[in-house]
Order: sequence, then C-alpha cells, then structure tokens
Amino acid sequence: MSSKEILLNPLFNNNPIGLQILGICSALAVTTKMSVALVMCIALTIVCAFSNLFISIIRDRIPSSVRIIVQMTIIASLVIVVDQVLGAVAYDLSKQLSVFVGLIITNCIVMGRAEAFAMQNPPWPSFIDGVGNGLGYSLILMLVATIRELFGSGSMFGVEVLPLVTNGGWYSPVGLMLLPPSAFFIIGGIIWAIRAWKKDQIEESEHEIGHQTAFSKV
Amino acid sequence: MLEYYLGLFVRAVFIENMALVFFLGMCTFIAISKKIETSLGLGIAVIVVLTITVPVNNLIYQFLLADGALAWAGMPEVDLSFLGFLSYIGVIAAIVQILEMFLDKYVPVLYNALGVFLPLITVNCAILGAALFMVNRDYSFGESVIYGFGSGVGWALAIVVLAGIREKMKYSDVPEGLRGLGITFVTVGLMSLGFMSFGGISL
Repeated sequence: MSSKEILLNPLFNNNPIGLQILGICSALAVTTKMSVALVMCIALTIVCAFSNLFISIIRDRIPSSVRIIVQMTIIASLVIVVDQVLGAVAYDLSKQLSVFVGLIITNCIVMGRAEAFAMQNPPWPSFIDGVGNGLGYSLILMLVATIRELFGSGSMFGVEVLPLVTNGGWYSPVGLMLLPPSAFFIIGGIIWAIRAWKKDQIEESEHEIGHQTAFSKV
Repeated sequence: MLEYYLGLFVRAVFIENMALVFFLGMCTFIAISKKIETSLGLGIAVIVVLTITVPVNNLIYQFLLADGALAWAGMPEVDLSFLGFLSYIGVIAAIVQILEMFLDKYVPVLYNALGVFLPLITVNCAILGAALFMVNRDYSFGESVIYGFGSGVGWALAIVVLAGIREKMKYSDVPEGLRGLGITFVTVGLMSLGFMSFGGISL
C-alpha cells in the first residue's frame, strides 16, 4: 500500500468508528461543543500517530508476552504529555474534557492500531497509519459535534449561527441534541449513511424472514 | 451514614450509569452484547475488577501521588499527581493479571466462565474511567469501595439488558444499511433515554 492509501483508507473505507467499532466512548461524550471535540481530535491524532511511531521503532525488541504493558506505558506517557500541555495552554478546555483526555489511554483506536499495524510495519507507514486513523476518528467526531452544537444551541464554535428565540431570533433549540442519547442516534444515522453509500460494509442478516405462503395470509 | 453510602450506590448504578450516561466501555459494550450468557460473564468480570481496582487506586492516590501525600516519607512538597495515568493503568493491568492467575489456580470454574474477557478488561475504559472519576471527586476509601462496586453493577446491568434486547431484535426486519452496528446504536440511544429519567432523583 502506498502512503496515500494508508492515510486515506481509514477515512471512509475502513473508518475506525463506523466499521471497526473502535473508540466510540469519547466520540459520544465530548461532542456537545465543537471546540471541545476539536481539541479531543487533535489530542487523539497526536497520541495515535506518535504511539504508532515509537512502538514501531522498538517492535523487534518487545517480547510478545509483555507487549500490552509496553504499549500501555508508551501510550500513557504520551497522554501525560498531552494532558500537561493542555493544562498549561488551554486550561478551560482541559477542565471541560475532564477525565476524557486520560481515557485516550484506553481508547481502542490507539491500542488497536498499535497492535494491528505498528507491531508489523516499519516506522514511517505506522506513523501515517496513526495520522490516518486519527483523522478518520476526527471526521466522525466533528460531524457529530457540528450537528449537536448547531441544532442543540444554534451555534458553531460558540458563535451564534442560528439566532435563538431567547435572544430575539427565530430558532428554538432542540434540547435533545445536548443530552447523551442524541449522540447514539446521530452515530447510528451516520453509519446508515456510510453503508448506503458503501454497500460492501452492510452486515449479513442473522435471521432470514420466511416468505409468506398462501396459508399465512388467512 | 448507611443512608449516604446507599445513596452513593444507587447514584453509581442508575443516575451515573457508566455505560449509558458516561459512555464508558462502549467498545466492548457494543461488540460483546449479542448473547445474554456471554454478556453476563463479562458483566461479572467488570464488577469484580472495578470493586478491587478503584479502592487500590484510591490508596495509591492518597498515599503516594496526591499533592503533599508523601509527607509520611518526609517529602511534603512533592506532588506526583502528573504520574496518575501511568500508575492507574499499571495497577489495573497488574491486578487483572494477578486476578487471572488467582482464579486459574483456586476458582477454575469462574476462570473458565470468564475466559477471554478477563484480559480484555484491562483496556475497558470503564475501569480507568472509574479510577479517574474517583480522583476527580476526591472520594475517601470507603466511598471508593461503594463507587467501584456500584458502577460495576450499573455497567453489568446495562450490557445484560442490551443483550436481551438484541437477542429478540435479530428476528426483526431491519433496513439493510442499519443492520448490526447501526440499529444497536439506535437501541442504546433509546435505553440511554430511559436512564435519563433517573436523572431527576435527588439523593
């Protein structure tokens, strides 16, 4: 695979959230505001890219029996760096993200890519793969955050786009969009849209419904 | 006192349900909820691990990492809280490993029942999430025991209920693109909506 394919494949064809079912936790929890979601995307892309890079560099020297611990240590150290930088540069945002920056450690995208890609491939493609998967995650996350913030509070990045009724405008916000359940509905809808477009991702039915016979109509 | 702990427990199980309100442990939640039996096994494993790791992490935070915690060792100015993530995940990984060896030797029935789920739990974000929430909210040791157990029960409850729904759902005619992952998300959304109704309870 060329670098371009490695970078672009995770965006639609093999999206980490839509198809691989990885990293859903944070996708749901930090998407009520676009600015928070954007910080989360950047943090995750950085951690994913660099953990892939470092793990790939030392992949031949990691004994396979302790590889999970080694991967965890590398990822956790990177997350500590990101967390400290966030706390110093954007204190308010890091307060809003609360525990979710720390939860990047157990984000399955980072672990999954380290295990599935970085352990078998040289450093440069691994780095690209990390960036690609980070972007695939960011794509869904920003899409969800845009929908939730635009319809939930009529704004984008905190700037009012749809004038609210309370401020003398015409738009009355959909309160549901700010509540946790809406994230599930939106992601379900996005998955539906992606699969309507990429037919090969549709899952097999587990149970076939029998055809109607002349008797069953009676 | 008892009332307070009971309130904490109920809050951890229903009002602040790990899976449906904070979305933690979602990956395993969605991936391993096709059958009631397996999800029950996983649920019990999560309860056990949470009940042990949250209090242990609480002790580590109180006596080693918090600002000024090392006063007993003669170093009152040291603040190691930035090492938090690394030590919590290390503790969790170690305890899961020890638990696995212990169960293998002394309780083989439970070991076989939990099977592959036990090692998987290390990377379940509900476990680390509970540890981080515990630190964020400054729980004492007693509170952390109740909180760990309660949030485990909440998570287990949610996954078993979802598995029950999915077992029935496979007989329904779902639109092609929504089949599998998509409809599961919508279902979890509806469940989460149901759990929102606990939000109004004041304890």
